[in-house]
Amino acid sequence: MTTDTDASMESPQAGPAERPLVYKQFFATRLTHWVWAACLFFLLLSGLQIFNAHPALYIGDQSGFAFDNAVLRIGAERTEDARNIGYIQLFGAKFETTGWFGFYRGDNGMMQQRAFPPWATIPSYYDLASGRIVHFFFAWIFAITLLAWLVASIVNGHLRRDILPRWRDICALPRDIAAHARLRFHHSRDYNTLQKLTYAAVLLVLMPLMIATGLAMSPGFNAAAPWLADILGGRQTARTIHFAVMLLLVGFFVVHIVMVLAAGPINELRSIVTGWYRADPESREGN
Amino acid sequence: MTKFNISRRALLSGGTVAGSGALLSGCDVFDGVLRGGNVRDFMEASANGLSYRVQRLLIGGHSLAQEFTETDIRQPMRPNGVTAPTDRTYLEMEAGGFADYRLEVSGLVQKPLSLSLDELMAMPSRTQITRHDCVEGWSCIAKWTGVPLAHVLDQAVVKSEARFILFRCLDTIERSLTGEIKYYESIDLIDARHPQTILAYGMNGERLPVANGAPLRLRVERQLGYKMAKYVRAIEVVDSLAPFGDGQGGYWEDRGYEWYAGI
Repeated sequence: MTTDTDASMESPQAGPAERPLVYKQFFATRLTHWVWAACLFFLLLSGLQIFNAHPALYIGDQSGFAFDNAVLRIGAERTEDARNIGYIQLFGAKFETTGWFGFYRGDNGMMQQRAFPPWATIPSYYDLASGRIVHFFFAWIFAITLLAWLVASIVNGHLRRDILPRWRDICALPRDIAAHARLRFHHSRDYNTLQKLTYAAVLLVLMPLMIATGLAMSPGFNAAAPWLADILGGRQTARTIHFAVMLLLVGFFVVHIVMVLAAGPINELRSIVTGWYRADPESREGN
Repeated sequence: MTKFNISRRALLSGGTVAGSGALLSGCDVFDGVLRGGNVRDFMEASANGLSYRVQRLLIGGHSLAQEFTETDIRQPMRPNGVTAPTDRTYLEMEAGGFADYRLEVSGLVQKPLSLSLDELMAMPSRTQITRHDCVEGWSCIAKWTGVPLAHVLDQAVVKSEARFILFRCLDTIERSLTGEIKYYESIDLIDARHPQTILAYGMNGERLPVANGAPLRLRVERQLGYKMAKYVRAIEVVDSLAPFGDGQGGYWEDRGYEWYAGI
């Protein structure tokens, strides 16, 4: 088994001399990566199950029934020309989503009303109680893993070295954006600027924000720390932020997968499974 | 630096990753284990148990739920669950303006009580403007007036072996082939003695409406809405929840929702 002291050393079984294997990902990084991957999968689908119980998002402390403070609604309705449609209403704008959201064709061929259809939820049928159990189970693992990752990454230097951008990273940003735009990737042990900024945003902002907004929705936690819901703009705003951050994390996932495919999926997968990464020749002297 | 180009191999392996994701998200694969299997039981016991203990640690017996101001009351209280009981006893009571209503307090108490609405309203009262959080996700702010449950329990003198307070309701929430199921709920003595736990007979400055649980409903402000039983008929002080319903401590708890509903 490799240890952290092997970092950036050349592997004894290095392949072609011009493209050496470097030890890129710490054990803690690899382990937490896959735990999160599983957690986020279940959190997303059970979260959409929970959303289906009341498919609307609001701004403020409460949900407007006698006034309108909704920013998003997913539902079904009958149009003036007597068609049943599914829709997503974002602020004032309404988009028809029949077949996808709000109103869709079920397994039995019958049209059904539900915000997110069965393929997007756990369980596939409407079951808020089970959705909540799955959600809170993985929420605990997710949060504990985040804490463990933070401690490990401070200790092993991952945070300082790979996540927090340094001044020279910021200076390299325009060049890095241009390189990404042309899909030119530099294969090295070091993270490039956009990677650092993205991972910093996901790991240090979005993921903690997900936990904070989740806690702010708990009436129990609310009694312990009412300030949390207050600084987030009220319980219903916290719920809206929770949903918005979910969309950002899904967006991150899509870009992440595209980047892995573009940069070389075998090499990328090897580094996040075994830790070893085949780097470009010049990266041996650093980036 | 290598120029980017997607090779056939990259496309294939990428397709495999994406394909397995699509396979997984045909999400009925998890339905089996979640339909009351060991996996569900394990998740429920571990996560709910942890959540409960952490909440008890954080808020103990005394932290108060957030209270709001008159200006935060912007709409009528959203009713949920049963909003118009059709039970004969209830309808008769309602027709008489709840003059015949009696709250029975029994079980592990030294002095069982039978209290009329007037007697309850003559007791010390508490008024609080709080946010009602439904398990479905919505919230609504309203003002509640009622007698602290602790006061009623003190009048009845709770015996030392008591552990839970069970609330029996007048409304039938489910009618099935096996019979009628009346709503019921339960809380522990920590929440029962919490200063904001009241038996409310007033809402937003008026008598509690039928839709919101007239003549008497429970408020347990640090938990979700389904804990706050409406149309409360009787309070039973017990040492175990096992003998009631399916033994989980409430109508919704018997259907898979957690007993301690602080999240």
